[in-house]
Amino acid sequence: MSDQVGTITWISGPVVRARGSRNVGMLELVEVGSEHLVGEVIGLKGDQMTIQVYEETSGMQTGSPVYGTGLPLSVELAPGLIQSIYDGVQRPLPLIEQAMGSFISRGARFDPINREKKWKYTPKVKVGDEVQGGAILGVAMETDTFEHRVMLNPDDSGTITWVAPAGDYTVVDPIVKLKTSKGEKTVEMLQRWPVRRARPFVDRRGANIPLITGQRILDTFFPVAKGGAAGIPGPFGSGKTVTQHSIAKWADAEVIVYIGCGERGNEMTEVLQEFPHLIDPRSGRPLMERTVLIANTSNMPVAAREASIYTGITIAEYYRDMGYHVALMADSTSRWAEALREVSGRLEEMPAEEGYPAYLAGRLAEFYERAGYVNNLNGSQGSVSIVGAVSPPGGDFSEPVTQHTKRFIRCFWALDKSLASARHFPAINWLDSYSEYVTDVADWWREKVGKDWLDMRNRAMELLSEESRLSQIVKLVGPDALPYTERMVLETTRLIREGILQQNATEDVDAYSSVEKQIRLLELVLYFHDRGMAIVRKGAPINLIHDLPVVDTIIRAKSTVTNEEMHKFDDIQKQIDQQMGQLDAEYRS
Amino acid sequence: MSDVTVQGGQEVVGVARIEGPILIVEGAANVSYDEVVEIQDSRGQLRRGRVLEVGEGVAVVQVFAGSTGLSIDGTRVRFLSNTLHIPVAEEMLGRIFDGLGNPIDGGPEPLSDRYADVNGQPINPTARIYPRDYIQTGISTIDGVNTLLRGQKLPLFSGAGMPHDQLAAQIVRQATLGKVAGAPATEGEEFAIVFAAMGVKNDVADYFRRSFTESGALTRVAMFLNLADDPPVERIVTPRAALTLAEYLAYERDMHVLVVLTDMTNYGEALRQISNVRGEVPSRKGYPGYLYSDLASLYERTGRIRTSKGSITQIPILTMPNDDITHPMPDLTGYITEGQIVLGRELNFAGIYPPVAVLPSLSRLMKDGIGKNRTRDDHPRWGAQLYAAYAKTQDVRALASVIGEEELSEVDQKYLKFGRAFEREFVNQSFTENRSIERTLEIGWKLLSMLPKKELTRVNLDEIAKYYKGEDAAN
Ligand SMILES: Nc1ncnc2c1ncn2[C@@H]1O[C@H](COP(=O)(O)OP(=O)(O)O)[C@@H](O)[C@H]1O
Ligand SMILES: [Mg+2]
Repeated sequence: MSDQVGTITWISGPVVRARGSRNVGMLELVEVGSEHLVGEVIGLKGDQMTIQVYEETSGMQTGSPVYGTGLPLSVELAPGLIQSIYDGVQRPLPLIEQAMGSFISRGARFDPINREKKWKYTPKVKVGDEVQGGAILGVAMETDTFEHRVMLNPDDSGTITWVAPAGDYTVVDPIVKLKTSKGEKTVEMLQRWPVRRARPFVDRRGANIPLITGQRILDTFFPVAKGGAAGIPGPFGSGKTVTQHSIAKWADAEVIVYIGCGERGNEMTEVLQEFPHLIDPRSGRPLMERTVLIANTSNMPVAAREASIYTGITIAEYYRDMGYHVALMADSTSRWAEALREVSGRLEEMPAEEGYPAYLAGRLAEFYERAGYVNNLNGSQGSVSIVGAVSPPGGDFSEPVTQHTKRFIRCFWALDKSLASARHFPAINWLDSYSEYVTDVADWWREKVGKDWLDMRNRAMELLSEESRLSQIVKLVGPDALPYTERMVLETTRLIREGILQQNATEDVDAYSSVEKQIRLLELVLYFHDRGMAIVRKGAPINLIHDLPVVDTIIRAKSTVTNEEMHKFDDIQKQIDQQMGQLDAEYRS
Repeated sequence: MSDVTVQGGQEVVGVARIEGPILIVEGAANVSYDEVVEIQDSRGQLRRGRVLEVGEGVAVVQVFAGSTGLSIDGTRVRFLSNTLHIPVAEEMLGRIFDGLGNPIDGGPEPLSDRYADVNGQPINPTARIYPRDYIQTGISTIDGVNTLLRGQKLPLFSGAGMPHDQLAAQIVRQATLGKVAGAPATEGEEFAIVFAAMGVKNDVADYFRRSFTESGALTRVAMFLNLADDPPVERIVTPRAALTLAEYLAYERDMHVLVVLTDMTNYGEALRQISNVRGEVPSRKGYPGYLYSDLASLYERTGRIRTSKGSITQIPILTMPNDDITHPMPDLTGYITEGQIVLGRELNFAGIYPPVAVLPSLSRLMKDGIGKNRTRDDHPRWGAQLYAAYAKTQDVRALASVIGEEELSEVDQKYLKFGRAFEREFVNQSFTENRSIERTLEIGWKLLSMLPKKELTRVNLDEIAKYYKGEDAAN
């Protein structure tokens, strides 16, 4: 390890060229310059190598050495990942702070996973067992309640010759010895995996269970399946980050990997300060106890930003392999694409659209392909769901990153500037968004809530598209020109928009809606519509419906009725019956 | 230009090529990336520059003062083997510097034993304190609906001929630490002000200087001036020099620092120019692909850290070319900063000051600095309600322009009245009016009371009972 393999000949920002050994491998991790900064070989031509450096290169000199490591860029996987916060190449930020103070300077070298900490470990295999890659060797308690399933590296297999007894071990203590085709091998809890290589599984299962996020416009209208991929594009200030935070907080995944990729420092700090105090509604434990954070903020080195996405997805796959449902948030994939572009530009590669390299689409595809609900090597099932934020320049969705992303995701949550300006949040445009998982997850809803979610959802969508058509007319001639039945549609869609679609992430009661609450709200609104429609058909003027006190009650129900007070919806339904009943009686001809 | 003289360092006589502000220097060995160079022209005049790219025996050097007057053979380049540093000291407050940090007020070089790298270093996210304390600016469109917090970066997006300088000056003059609505006024801690001008006219710099003088703030202000007739390339250093001082004051001297950067559009121009000279692959409108990262390296130098009591709050000013908010400069700025205050041409024509276009404006941190125990309990919902109502006003206006005002429904007519009053009474205030937060909330409620109660679905029923004074208040 660490032999000199080259001498620097050229430096431009994060990209360095060196000349030297022909034995350096493509994508090999190298140490660059006298300060041994971490870099990765991204191009080879004869004895010339091109390296992207994960740290600031100011002050680096030509003529300085490059050292090889013989290893690809990898992450460390073991108990201790959860509750961690890393930079893009898995350096633990708290240790960097301890050693260097409030500002990140160069040359930090720390083990991503603590070597001293002991974990309560119980073996799940015995001597003589034949084990294949991915096999669960034992379990360690990573938090008070989270069971970390320690697995054999997917590339290994053999016969167990020794097993450590139950007890407290560090991640580098031996836990199993194996006889393999290449001889005896000692296995520790800690394993490494190259970030650019997807971890293997047996096969994909159908993605037909929704990832429940507690966000009504997502779960009820545009659901993403567990193991699915969703994109959330939007101009600045439209709600990408708030939506991603909401999903990270409330999604029914067992592990959350949150990647702050080229975004704000304060937003990562917010998560760090908030998550330990928020309680997961399902486990009753602090949200931080299921979260891994990767923070490579916009002012941190750009090459490490490029790596951050791979670091995050590899960690997500590792927990998937244990049989868990993992949700990964990447905010923002556009900044990652820009990092690709920046490095590509320094290499003077031939640009495709808007300066992006021609391989942009390929990289995006590789990333989203790593989502999936799979049968694991060890027989368990797990999923990685990906939610990628996209930041189109000028909010223009025709730009390359948005367009290519659309090809590889099946769920598109289109944020809309004018909704955000009117403070309609989440500012997800219901006419521009889509989910291709809608029919796939319909059975789940039927079993879970015993109601025909699909039918109700589709009816609401129809009303909303009818509203859009009617608004065009209203804009030209005013609402008075519409017949009452059409104005009834507008009354109902106002309830849908204000009472269901709008959801305030900062309000305690409203921030998270259980599926039961979601479906009940929808049912009430549609019930209101049916009753109202029957009455206006009899000739009752629309303003009588508009003025019913229950309208206000329905709109406020999202924040006045908690998830635990479902019975209150029955009261609201009674109010509808009562108030509509009265009108109905008056217009019984 | 610059009068620094530094000994030592490798010197090369003659340059291979000069392209705009860029020199290609051959024959230097082991040059460091980003190191500072000192350039001497044939008459012995010195200027400074910075290494942008190094190859074997070749260095690409950017000359801050531009290359006018430099010749191929007569130019000497000395490599100083360090990145660009400036002295930092508390006594730099009250002083005026050029765009590279040299004093231009006739005073002495600041005495300091601290030299800091103008590039700064990223703040570790684990070391930050999330901003929560609001700054009362006395301006309703900011305090009320786009609240500014200590440690926030909140730009003004403006256009040529609009009063962004006045607004920035008013903010700087009136800014105090906010308090709970109704609490008695206290002696606010005073802000130190770091002002950086990039490519603005002398009038603008003068305007700010006068404004600081009048408010008695001049002793708390450090000004870094790169004016319209100063070398454009120097502009790339100016905000960095200013922020380097700001970081020292905030994080080592525990001060609350307000940084005003104007005009960031000129800064972007300079960056684009260098990129184009170097023949880099452009992204949009000729701007380099790294514009986002470059801007972030400035804007992210804002905030609070756990080891200091101080804070840096940034107010960058940008004039949007053609008032186009999707232009790369405002666009990428908006993606990095924590909101934006947008000035509107129409309001300005209508004589409204400050002409803040409320709908496209945003403070992302507002939610964490207002409400119960910070301003007043109803503040967040009150703000959302004003936004919703004013947004609705825009729809009604559009409709009115088609069918005529008389044809509007009774409710819509009320919205029209609300909209007008909102602009005249809430948005509009004088350049010297310093409104308390309770006054701002009161005006807002008065305006909301012009609408039927049933329209106010963003505020809760208790709040309506308490503050709503409209005609249907009783039922
Ligand atoms: N669901 C929501 N509830 C309440 N406020 C929201 C919501 N979504 C967005 N916002 C508001 O919009 C602002 C911008 O959202 P953010 O997610 O930061 O935008 P983006 O990441 O797209 O730039 C937030 O600061 C917040 O004020
Ligand atoms: Mg964001």
